[in-house]
Amino acid sequence: MSESLANSQLGAFTYDPAPESTGVVRLQSSYGLFIDGTFTEPSSHDQFVTLNPATEEVLATVAQSSDADIDRAVTSARRAYDDVWSKTSGAERAKYLFRIARLIQERSRELAVLETLDNGKPIRESRDVDIPLAAAHFFYYAGWADKLDYAGFGLNPRPLGVAGQIIPWNFPLLMAAWKLAPALAAGNTCVLKPAESTSLSALALAEILQQAELPPGVVNIVTGDGQSGSALVEHPGVDKIAFTGSTEVGRLIQQRSASTPKHLTLELGGKGANIVFDDAPVDEMIEGIIDGIFFNQGHVCCAGSRLLVQESIADEVLRRLVRRIDQLRVGDPMDKNTDVGAINSASQLARIEELTAYGEREGATRYTSNCALPEKGYWFAPTVFADVAQSHRIAREEIFGPVLSVLTFRTPEEAVVKANNTKYGLACGVWSEKGSRTLWVAQRLRAGVIWANTYNRFDPTSPFGGMRESGFGREGGRHGLEAYLDV
Amino acid sequence: MIASVACVSTAPLRLVTPEDRGVRVSQTGSVPMIDSESQLKALLAGMSGVDAVGVDGRCAKLATRSIKRSSKKAAIDLAISMVDLTTLEGADTAGRVSSLCTKALRPDPSDLTVPSCAAVCVYPDLVAHARYVLGPSSVAVASVATAFPSGRASLKVKLMDVADAVDAGADEVDMVIDRGAFLSGRLGQVFDEIVAVKAACGEAHLKVILETGELVTYDNVRRASWLAMLGGADFIKTSTGKVGVNATPQAALVMLEAARDFAESTGHIVGVKVAGGIRTTKQAISYLVIVNETAGSTWLTPEKFRFGASSLLNDLLMQRLKQQRGAYVRPDEFSGD
Repeated sequence: MSESLANSQLGAFTYDPAPESTGVVRLQSSYGLFIDGTFTEPSSHDQFVTLNPATEEVLATVAQSSDADIDRAVTSARRAYDDVWSKTSGAERAKYLFRIARLIQERSRELAVLETLDNGKPIRESRDVDIPLAAAHFFYYAGWADKLDYAGFGLNPRPLGVAGQIIPWNFPLLMAAWKLAPALAAGNTCVLKPAESTSLSALALAEILQQAELPPGVVNIVTGDGQSGSALVEHPGVDKIAFTGSTEVGRLIQQRSASTPKHLTLELGGKGANIVFDDAPVDEMIEGIIDGIFFNQGHVCCAGSRLLVQESIADEVLRRLVRRIDQLRVGDPMDKNTDVGAINSASQLARIEELTAYGEREGATRYTSNCALPEKGYWFAPTVFADVAQSHRIAREEIFGPVLSVLTFRTPEEAVVKANNTKYGLACGVWSEKGSRTLWVAQRLRAGVIWANTYNRFDPTSPFGGMRESGFGREGGRHGLEAYLDV
Repeated sequence: MIASVACVSTAPLRLVTPEDRGVRVSQTGSVPMIDSESQLKALLAGMSGVDAVGVDGRCAKLATRSIKRSSKKAAIDLAISMVDLTTLEGADTAGRVSSLCTKALRPDPSDLTVPSCAAVCVYPDLVAHARYVLGPSSVAVASVATAFPSGRASLKVKLMDVADAVDAGADEVDMVIDRGAFLSGRLGQVFDEIVAVKAACGEAHLKVILETGELVTYDNVRRASWLAMLGGADFIKTSTGKVGVNATPQAALVMLEAARDFAESTGHIVGVKVAGGIRTTKQAISYLVIVNETAGSTWLTPEKFRFGASSLLNDLLMQRLKQQRGAYVRPDEFSGD
């Protein structure tokens, strides 16, 4: 048999570039702070640049908030809470939320392109996941705003007041929606600080809030680095801190808000285990593993970054997995056929490179896709490590990149022990066609989210959050309201 | 909870060598001999299940592939060369079949760079006529047989139907499986029929129609695919085009996975044909994307992948001209056959 017949090449039919047009986005050269319903200059006139991580080109300059700016924003939120929002009925608040949701849908193409420019994620994901889910969160919580009496927290539950919200760079607009929608539905006013490297979609959201005629000060959006975040956390006028980001920063925030009356919810890191039993639906399981770790370049706190596979099928799973990894299309995030985009920043790339080098040094076997990578920008080819031991750094620390560590197990007990052998507890996946086993395992896993025969599925009706060093508090669903009510 | 040393799995995982990557058609494997119904049942029951939500999700993702410019041109020509131009109506006549054959030979008489179709697909009584019109060309004559489309006849009648088509010059025979027998668990009967029909086909290629719309679950589709391949099918085909649910991307995906896995374990490359309800270029290209990303290059030829269709061809021609001229032409530019 000829070589061509012996090996059927996947992806032999090549796809020409199909780039999404960036014409829908009108970038400004510099952006101010959104305080009290208008865009204002920062008091210090300090600016920093925001890059397109796929090209390293400067997109715009963004304002760096000083302590005085944060104070202005919190004061504005307090005034809006006292004078307007706390007196606005639930039904009235719902109208604004519905309006915001519809405006996100109307401007979805623009928002998707903007998100991909600033973040580096594939346009397919920003278009099909981030933006539709952000709108869905506003729609969902709009429905709750006038029904809080029936949310299970007693009659007439009270809002907390002013919420300071700090969000990460991996899902910029979606995380803003996760934070703002329940807070506003419950009757709080907000000061939102987007991540330093991804401020633009939050600022576009500010325009949408203006379009929706949300009363001034109900939402303030302040850009800046960790200093600005720290000022927001420490501001005495803030009643509630909601933070999504690294465990390291989360720990600092918890220390600083201790012995203050501030309410706190944290959504932190993770080292999710995808547990694969020998009776798993094999083709869908391979897709699930791929989705679990390569979705959004692995910049996902609940990523399935550890694969626990039953020993009897480990070789077969690894063979299929490597085949699928070779097929991933890595490159221009704006191309509609791209599967894996750019790493968000130089510092994140350095962290991924450091940990993967460690993996090799510690004796794990590395396979990296030999896909071509663009010359400019921050890139990391999809990588899998076999022969990983529980004690390896790549099995313990969150890499937050497209890197999968594969471990094996022999019995369900061993799978549970290994899955739980982490300081984190955010998400796990269980792959088996046997429902009783899936439930048995799920009951013993210490993680906030367990997916069965799927991974990385999100829905506004479903609560999301962690245990142990993955944080506390829930976002989404009825449970998500609790974080913004005085109950 | 701390794992005791005794319960820790430490099996070394050999990382996949370059020779083992991609889809490897087995050089040493062979199709297992099936001696009994219980053996067949055990083999099919031992296969991994199919998760319906996962299949739907995979298809939805593959459907977002954007095929533009030269890839689109190449895909259109490939799709034209994969069409089994079909007419399966009670009202079919020799005249109708003649014009269909002419169309399959030269889909666009004004442009000879357009490839011919793969085959013309007709009822057995029109095979001889199609053979006569097509002459010694590359376009094959395919005939449905075995009491198509329901398959509700005795094996004796089915085999006579096949013999009739083959004697009249059919190069390819499209048989239907007995869905009733499959659904009631009489897998041995389904298997034996395929083996018997394969024998009756002689030199002719055998396409086995699973009628996935009547099998309903993806688990059934995967098992029926393996059953047909084990029985000697040269092609597995989704549908007759005569029931409510015909070809779907999901069924095609599951069947292509089965064909890929079968080739990897037995060394036999079985083709896949999708039929029924494929009318647009966009649909055809999205099937080619599924082939490309599931089974790969070996299946991206008319020898291993087919579209059973009629109106699809004109849409492919129209889109082909659109690619050349930058604007759509009137549908009347193309013959109505």
